[in-house]
Amino acid sequence: MGLKEKLHNIKGKGKDKKWLSAFSAFHTFVYTPNETTHSGSHIRGADDLKRLMTNVLIPLIPILIFAMFNVGFQQNIAINGYQEGMTFFSGEFWNFDNFLIGAIKLVPLLAVSYIVGLGIEVLFATINNHEVEEGYFVSGMLVPLIIPIDTPLWMLAVAVAFGVVIGKEVFGGTGMNILNPALTIRAFLFFAYPTWMSGDKVWVTGAVERTKEITAGANLDAISGETILGSLAQGKEFAYSTWDMFFGFIPGSIGETSTFLILLGGLYLIFTKVGSWRIMLSAVIGALVMGLIFNGVVDAGLITESNKFYTLMNTVYWHHLLLGGLAFAIVFMATDPVTASQTNKGKWIYGFLIGFISIMIRVFNPAYPEGAMLAILLMNVFAPTIDHYIVRANVNKRQKRLKTKTL
Amino acid sequence: MGLLSKKDAKLITDPLADNNPITIQVLGICSALAITADLKASIVMSIAVLFVLGLGNVVISLMRNIIPSKIRIIVQLIVVATLVIIVDLVLKAFAYELSKTLSVFVGLIITNCIIMGRFEAFALANGPWKSFLDGIGNSLGYGVILIIVGFFRELLGSGTLLGIKVLGDSIEKTGVYAYGYENNGFMLLAPMALITLGIIIWVQRARNTSLIED
Repeated sequence: MGLKEKLHNIKGKGKDKKWLSAFSAFHTFVYTPNETTHSGSHIRGADDLKRLMTNVLIPLIPILIFAMFNVGFQQNIAINGYQEGMTFFSGEFWNFDNFLIGAIKLVPLLAVSYIVGLGIEVLFATINNHEVEEGYFVSGMLVPLIIPIDTPLWMLAVAVAFGVVIGKEVFGGTGMNILNPALTIRAFLFFAYPTWMSGDKVWVTGAVERTKEITAGANLDAISGETILGSLAQGKEFAYSTWDMFFGFIPGSIGETSTFLILLGGLYLIFTKVGSWRIMLSAVIGALVMGLIFNGVVDAGLITESNKFYTLMNTVYWHHLLLGGLAFAIVFMATDPVTASQTNKGKWIYGFLIGFISIMIRVFNPAYPEGAMLAILLMNVFAPTIDHYIVRANVNKRQKRLKTKTL
Repeated sequence: MGLLSKKDAKLITDPLADNNPITIQVLGICSALAITADLKASIVMSIAVLFVLGLGNVVISLMRNIIPSKIRIIVQLIVVATLVIIVDLVLKAFAYELSKTLSVFVGLIITNCIIMGRFEAFALANGPWKSFLDGIGNSLGYGVILIIVGFFRELLGSGTLLGIKVLGDSIEKTGVYAYGYENNGFMLLAPMALITLGIIIWVQRARNTSLIED
């Protein structure tokens, strides 16, 4: 008797036992379960929740690997300065030292995210006697990718615990939450520990540590870990080319920098029909429209150069797509099928407003020049309302048609 | 208890848990969110409400047979307003710093739904002694929740309790701060008061499932 049959047997004996949900989570993780649907006539699609989640994880893997290289690369630049010829294809970027620096920082973050998050999921499943759901497999991967690299592990653990319990489990678990769990976790970190989530030090690994050493009296140069948006918000120039921004050789939250890989990921999600192209496209349009409006304001001479919003407003409208977490948020967060609008028309409105509001917050928020997280959380709350009115409008239209027919 | 009959004792103990004005009746949430960022303010607020509600209930109960029902709300408001002004002036005289922290919220005790609620629901229909006990019970129930929320918000948000640095100094990095611990700024914001309150309601109903309404 192989391991597979043994596991099946154990499961059969474990009915009504407390540990069954934890056990079957492990079981379905290792093997395809031997259960069939019990009642009703049904056609079972091959794309179950597990496959859906796996399909979101696949495009995240290149981003994760790229992020490991970039973390090391950014530290290297911050310490040694930028040299000519450091491009996407150069050995300065794709070398093992960079990868190692990134991996040492990133693997613990991933581990904490998964251990705490899945631990709580298993705990709640055991208490409530239901199956452990796969929902956290994606959130657990997204969370380390949207935080600054130097986030302390205990902070991440606290935030994950909060996000999973308050953001998801109190509503009834995967599929019942109104807010995106990964963004709930990030929002918690942002409001609870703002010094670790914003500013000009946290985006490059080692910068915070270096500042502490300097204040302690060490004779070292300070490392700047400022994002492009951070410099723009203070009216400073930055040295990165558009291609740098597109390929992602810039400081930022761990996984958000490479618009190129995010774009590939987005295409993969659209191709596998996991992510909604309507939301992605309309969010991009929304961001461009808001960017154009700001450019228009500058061109019309409505604000002067001394205005503190001038530099961000003056940013070329399509550059906004390459900067900050907007692209990552649009592709992987806004399209979350649970928290987004369900109707097709609703998706256009939902996506458009996400892009539109993101850029608005980004420009007008002086302390923290990025708005994708707040915009998506806001629209998550409004998504059911949008759907409600879309459905009502359709009902009314059909009722009117019925009336004219019967008259 | 020898001092109180069983029925009277219930007037005090019920609002503490199974009929708590905040967690069960969900009244007085506004002040529970506004002033619980530190423990001292929560305690003072609880005492102020204890005074206003205990005395107000007695006054309304004594007058219950002569108040014309058409203008009873106005009469109740005058009684609360008088008592609140007394509290406000006492605080200003003897604890000026604190009265600045509580600022407008002492005045807003007037609009605290628990007080008007108890006047309407209890004092108008019961004798002064029972009304007094009911007032004390409900304000204690209110105070308990306020103090629990205030305890956690001050401890986790500022690392202090009643202003004493129980977790060490966050600037000089002593105590737990030496190990990299940091205060949770989110606890000081109003949403966390609501979430803390929600967790208390959750725990209470998980322990006593008969409290869950459909």
